[in-house]
Amino acid sequence: MEEKQTIIKHVLVPQHVKLSEEQKQEVLKKYNISSKQLPRIKNDDPALKMIEVKIGDVIMIKRKSPTIGESEYYRVVVNG
Amino acid sequence: MESYVYKKINSMIFGMLSPDIVRKMACAKIVTPELFDKEGYPVDGGLMDVRLGVIDPGLRCKTCGGNLRDCMGHFGFLELARPIIHVKYADVILNFLRCTCRECGKLLTDKKMRIQIEDDEEQEVTEDDADVSTKKQVKGISTTLRNVKKCPHCQAKQHTIKVEKPTTYLEDDKRINPIDIRTRMEKVSDSDVAFLGLDPKFARPEWMILNVLPVPPVTIRPSITLETGERSEDDLTHKLGDIVRINQRLFENINAGAPEIIVEDLWDLLQYHVTTYFDNEISQVPPARHRSGQALRTLSERIKSKEGRFRHNLAGKRVNYAARTVITPDSKIELNEVGVPMEVAMELTTPERVTEWNMKRLKKFVEAGPKKYPGSNYVVRPDGRKKKITDETQEQLLEELQPGYLVERHLMDGDISIFNRQPSLHRMSIMAHRVKVLPGKSFRLNPAVCFPYNADFDGDEMNLHIPQTEEAKAEAETLMEVQTQIITPKNGTNVIGCSEDAITGNYVLTKFMKLSKEDAVQLLHSIGFYDTERFLTFKKTVDGKDIFSALLPEDLDFIGKSKSKQPVVIKEGMLIEGVIDQATIGQEKGELIRALVNNYGHTRTLQILGKIFRLGIASLGIYGFTTAISDTDLPKDVQEKCREAIYNAEKRVAQLIGQYESKELEPLPGQTLEATLEVKILEVLNKARQRIGEVVGEISDANNSTITMALAGAKGNLLNLAMIAACVGQQSLSGKRIDLGYRNRTLSMFNRGDLSPKARGFVRRGYKDGLTPEEFFMHSMTGRDSFMDLALRTPRSGYLYRRLESALQDIKVEYDNTVRDANHNIVQFKYGDDGLDVSKTDAGKIKVVKTMREVVGE
Repeated sequence: MEEKQTIIKHVLVPQHVKLSEEQKQEVLKKYNISSKQLPRIKNDDPALKMIEVKIGDVIMIKRKSPTIGESEYYRVVVNG
Repeated sequence: MESYVYKKINSMIFGMLSPDIVRKMACAKIVTPELFDKEGYPVDGGLMDVRLGVIDPGLRCKTCGGNLRDCMGHFGFLELARPIIHVKYADVILNFLRCTCRECGKLLTDKKMRIQIEDDEEQEVTEDDADVSTKKQVKGISTTLRNVKKCPHCQAKQHTIKVEKPTTYLEDDKRINPIDIRTRMEKVSDSDVAFLGLDPKFARPEWMILNVLPVPPVTIRPSITLETGERSEDDLTHKLGDIVRINQRLFENINAGAPEIIVEDLWDLLQYHVTTYFDNEISQVPPARHRSGQALRTLSERIKSKEGRFRHNLAGKRVNYAARTVITPDSKIELNEVGVPMEVAMELTTPERVTEWNMKRLKKFVEAGPKKYPGSNYVVRPDGRKKKITDETQEQLLEELQPGYLVERHLMDGDISIFNRQPSLHRMSIMAHRVKVLPGKSFRLNPAVCFPYNADFDGDEMNLHIPQTEEAKAEAETLMEVQTQIITPKNGTNVIGCSEDAITGNYVLTKFMKLSKEDAVQLLHSIGFYDTERFLTFKKTVDGKDIFSALLPEDLDFIGKSKSKQPVVIKEGMLIEGVIDQATIGQEKGELIRALVNNYGHTRTLQILGKIFRLGIASLGIYGFTTAISDTDLPKDVQEKCREAIYNAEKRVAQLIGQYESKELEPLPGQTLEATLEVKILEVLNKARQRIGEVVGEISDANNSTITMALAGAKGNLLNLAMIAACVGQQSLSGKRIDLGYRNRTLSMFNRGDLSPKARGFVRRGYKDGLTPEEFFMHSMTGRDSFMDLALRTPRSGYLYRRLESALQDIKVEYDNTVRDANHNIVQFKYGDDGLDVSKTDAGKIKVVKTMREVVGE
């Protein structure tokens, strides 16, 4: 457990946030897509160890971007 | 009429042909290896049987009745005397042998194990990667099952099975023959087959051992008639002939009750022939050869790799209306033009539709025919029939010509064409040019557009294509013409700009030149500038800056920096301060060119750029510009300074070595004493060369052409000059001084452990002075290293690029700024996170101050 926490705190690991169902629908509506068309993330991804996720959840990732400072990226959880 | 079927493929199944299907789809049974009888007519039941299709014009197919055009050919089949293993399925057969019981044919699992595996399966299979996981799973099953010693169903003892590549299977060192293998395969139940990853409806394991061989139609193995009238058969026909011959002999021997050894030998021979029929490049199997010794090209080789069906015939096709020849430079033509040789212009054509209004004009082309220049080669009737214009047909066609017809007339000045140089790594590797018909035999190209094509004139060839429909022409004009490509989408800089002499010329013109009014007008006229109004503003002597300004738009305001970071100011179309050099008009750097594109559009920019280019070259001609070895003669004082710099450096290095030997040297943090010494020595030596570069750069450029070119950014830099004139500097291999050597020294003339600069590859002389033998050796070491590095890297990076290209080919930015693949899966939510079109930015950045100034109008 100790080790996992340090992975998430590492500077190169961006912040992962689980979206609520409403937020998820909002994202899907915004891009006019089904959740299958989102980029995927496996449920055993080390970055997800600290949050509880189930298959089909959408994870928002706040990444540092060289062009605009911080960008948001969405990935859907799939079975790994 | 053409008809189109709009249907979406729902699913596709790859399966194997069962013996039944092979027999059913066959139109002829092949029984004899003979091809033709004495009269030269195909033998019935031979490999060229007339029922297999037609390859000779005029004949009719015995199966479908079609002629050469209609009949696609029909399969035949060959009954094999003994079963033969299909090499391409050898691995799957092995897997089946290992996973099933040799007695009862059941899978070597008990119920418990099987349920467990099935559970895993259900969990794992998601629709997208179903086949990936099945593959993985089958592999997992087979590795667990190959070690089972006893069948859990019938308790029969299991033996270990080995393969002797490619098609011999051994069970405890005893060979199992294909007949036995086949019976074992037959015993495997459908559910077990499915468990091992095959769909039993479309692929039963026993079908992997061939009883019958499909014989492909003659249309895929046509024979060629040689000049002597002899027929030469296709490789596949040869191979099939071998198979049929051995098969017949095997039949006869079996029927005659020949001894088992003879039968087995023939059986192995047949196996060999069938194996090489499928794939003639299997290791351990000697390839079947022609009598000349050349290996036969059988089924696999027809499909595989670069010369195979996919990459050679399907992904890459040859086209009509194209030409290829050597390119040569011509700066007198416009940038968006291409000089086309007369011979090419008379062979390539562009179709023009006859209307009431252009009838008279087009008739003239038909009248001229194919042999006189502005003529035509073909006339196309409205029904699509193409008629060649010859002496016989000419008169009739001329009479016939009416609106609706097409005339394929010769290329003329101003026609649109598409010009390309391989490798096409870029969007800019294929651009549209206007045709300019010129004498000579090479394509003429303005040197300013060499850069986007990455072309030079040391023998490069390029391809020219002529669009054949109005749509294609319009598309080429609006999307591909040279002026639309001035700004690259890579980083928003200009890929088309001045180079070499054109930069030097403008630099010299705007820095040193002053001409009399007459000379200035003469100069401008020679580059195609005829604005007489402008000439009236000239005074008695005209400054070079004013001559350059004549080409600029009258309301241009521009503030930029030259290469030497000096300001360049243009106000109301007049260059009032600064010099023009690489930073203003050069490739990938020209700020002035970008400003022109933004304010006046690409078409006008291209015209101005063409004139600037020619002005540069013409100016150089007037100025009289020569570079020679004498340019590298350094003045006495500079020479002295260089010598001093080297001397000081060598002294300092000797000091460092002294400190090292007496252990006075302080090691840098985290480094050994030796490494510290190396770092310090390298630093000193590099500083010395830097210093020499600076000293050389202090020489005035007014009367030194080499320095002029370096300062203008046209060719070479001060370091190059320093290397020629003063000191080549430290030679380094992978970032270190040269320290190789078997016995602690680089060359035998040095003492062991010598750390001095000259023993470790410091070249203190310049190229012009000449290098000492030791220096020459060290220098050639680094030269060899970089040469080999390049030679090894080029093909690798080419292949890497090919793979990247295939992976990214249909990714694009959609209208909502997302980046998606062909199935509309999202790759990026906003292109580059900011959604910016790079080609619309200032070298990849948004310059806020500049934009504000423009908006406020300051």
